[in-house]
Amino acid sequence: MSQDKQVLAGELQRHGISRRSFLKFCTSMASAMALTPAAAVEMAQKLSTIRRQSVIWLSFQECTGCTESLTRAHKPSLESLIFDFVSLDYHHTLQAASGEAAELAREQAMHENGGQYILIVDGSIPLKDGGVYSTIAGISNLDMLKDVAKDAAAIVSVGTCASFGGLPKADPNPTGAVAVADIIDDKPIINIPGCPPMPVVMSGVLAHVLTFGIPELDALGRPKAFFGDSIHDRCYRRPYYDRGEFAKSFDDEGARKGWCLYELGCKGPITHNACATIKWNNGTSFPIQSGHGCIGCSEPDFWDMGGFYKPLSTGTSNPGQWAGYALAAGAAAGLASAAVNKAAKAKADKVHQPVTIEDMGKK
Amino acid sequence: MNEIELLNWARGPGLTYATIFMVFGLTLRVIEILSLGRPKELAEVRDSGVRDGWRMVIMRSLPERRNWKRITAAYLFHVGLLIVVFFFIPHTQFFRDVFGVFWNGWPNYIIDFVTVVSIAAMLYTLAQRLFDPARRILTTIPDYLAWLVTFLPFVTGYMAFHRLGVDYTLMLALHILSVELLMIALPISKLTHAVTFAMSRWYLGSNNGRRGIHV
Repeated sequence: MSQDKQVLAGELQRHGISRRSFLKFCTSMASAMALTPAAAVEMAQKLSTIRRQSVIWLSFQECTGCTESLTRAHKPSLESLIFDFVSLDYHHTLQAASGEAAELAREQAMHENGGQYILIVDGSIPLKDGGVYSTIAGISNLDMLKDVAKDAAAIVSVGTCASFGGLPKADPNPTGAVAVADIIDDKPIINIPGCPPMPVVMSGVLAHVLTFGIPELDALGRPKAFFGDSIHDRCYRRPYYDRGEFAKSFDDEGARKGWCLYELGCKGPITHNACATIKWNNGTSFPIQSGHGCIGCSEPDFWDMGGFYKPLSTGTSNPGQWAGYALAAGAAAGLASAAVNKAAKAKADKVHQPVTIEDMGKK
Repeated sequence: MNEIELLNWARGPGLTYATIFMVFGLTLRVIEILSLGRPKELAEVRDSGVRDGWRMVIMRSLPERRNWKRITAAYLFHVGLLIVVFFFIPHTQFFRDVFGVFWNGWPNYIIDFVTVVSIAAMLYTLAQRLFDPARRILTTIPDYLAWLVTFLPFVTGYMAFHRLGVDYTLMLALHILSVELLMIALPISKLTHAVTFAMSRWYLGSNNGRRGIHV
C-alpha cells in the first residue's frame, strides 16, 4: 500500500470524493457538535492527514439494531466512515471472514496496533453463572472484553446495552448483564447510548475522536454536544406542555392538534439525546414528531421506568395496592392497640380508690 | 447511583415504602384516638353536643379577625397546597394511576402562580415564628421540621418545573423524595392534622356543648 493511500486524503481521492464534499461533511459534523467554524477547518485538515485508524468492534448481548442504525448514517454514511476513516479490523456482522479467520483478524489487529486501536462495543456483558449466556468462539464476553480493552487507546460503547446494560439488564436481569464501564475502569470510555443510537452522533463522535480526541462528556460518559439537552428542552411540542395542553389518547383531538404527549407516557423531560434537533432518517422526523412519546432509550434502566405509556409523574410500583394492605394492617394494629388501652383502663378503674375530703385532711 | 436510578427508586420502592408507612401510621393513629373515647363526665351532661361539634368544625375553618396577616398567610398556604397537589396536571395523572379516578387539572400558569403565593405565605409564617418573641418561645424543633418537610416539596417542585438549579431528572427525583418525606412525617408529627383536624374540632365542640357551653 502506498503512503498516499494510508492517509485519508489519498483514500478519499481514490473513492472520487471531492474536497468540497469532504469539507461539507466536516462542517456538518462540527456544527452538529456545536464546535466553532474554525474547528471545521481544523477537523478537515486533521482528518485528511490522519492515518487509517484501526477499530475493533465487539458485539456482545445485543440485537444488531445498533449496527443496523449506523450503517444507515446519512451524513456521512458508515461506509465512508468505515472504509475511508477507519480500518474496521473486526466486526461480526460486517466482516467477510468468519470462524477462526475472524478471530485471527481480531488478534492480528490487536497485535499490530497495540495501544492505538479504538475498541467499539455494542451489547451488554453477562456476568451471571460465569458469563455462559453469551460467548464468541468459546470465549466469554467478559474475557474477550478484558482481553481487547487491555491494549485499546479508547473505548466507545455504542447503544444503551453497552453504555448502561440496556434491555438485557432489565429487571430481573436474568443474565447478570452489565455495561462496559462496569468492568473496564482504566480506559477512556465514551458512551453513545440509544436504542439504537443516532447514526450522526456515532459518526460525529468518531470524527471528533480521530481529530480532537475524546469529546467533553457528561456524568454518564455521554458526549455533551449530543446529550447535553433533554428531548423535552428541544421538543417542538414544548409550548403545549408549558400551556398544559396534553393529548389524552393517541387519536383524540389533542393528538391531532399535536399537543404534548406527557400524559401518554412521554419520557422526554428526563431523556438526553439529540433526536429532537438532528432527527432521524436524514433529518426527516423523530418519535414525538410521528405522534409517539419518547421512551427514554438513551437513559440507564429505561426499560424499568414503569412502562412506556405511564406518565412520568406516576409510580412504577403499585402504590394503590400497597395502600390497601397498609390500611388493613393499620386497622388491625389500631384495634389491637385499642384493646390493650381498654384493658389498661379497666385495670386502672379496678384499682382506683376514690379520695374523699376526709382523706385529704389526714396526715 | 445515578440520577435515573435515584428517580426510579423514588418512583418505585421509595413510593411504596412511604405509602405503606403513611397509610399504616395514619390508620393506626386515627383508630387509637377514636378508641380512647371520652373521659367520664363527672357533672350532668346537658346536651348531646352534636350540634356544637359541627359548629366548631365550621367555625374553626372560618377566618378569625384577630390577626389578618397571619390568617391570610395560613389560608393562602392551605388553599394553595390543596390546589397544587390536586390540580397540577402531572399530579392528576398520579391520582388517576393510584385511584383510577380522573378530574381535569388546571392550566400551568395558574398552578405556577399559586405555588409562588404558597411559598411566600409559608416564608411569612416562618418569619413570624422566628421574629415574634412569643411565637419563638412556643415553637419547638419538631415545629420547624414540620414546616420544612411541607416547604421542600413546594420548592423542589417549582425548581423542577422551571428547570432551575440541577438537572431536571435529579430535581424531579428530589421532588418525589421530598414528598415521600412528607408522607412519612404525616403520621408521626403534628401534620397528622391533615386527616384529624375535623374530628378533633368536632370533639372539642361537642365536649363544650355537653357541658353547656354553646359557641
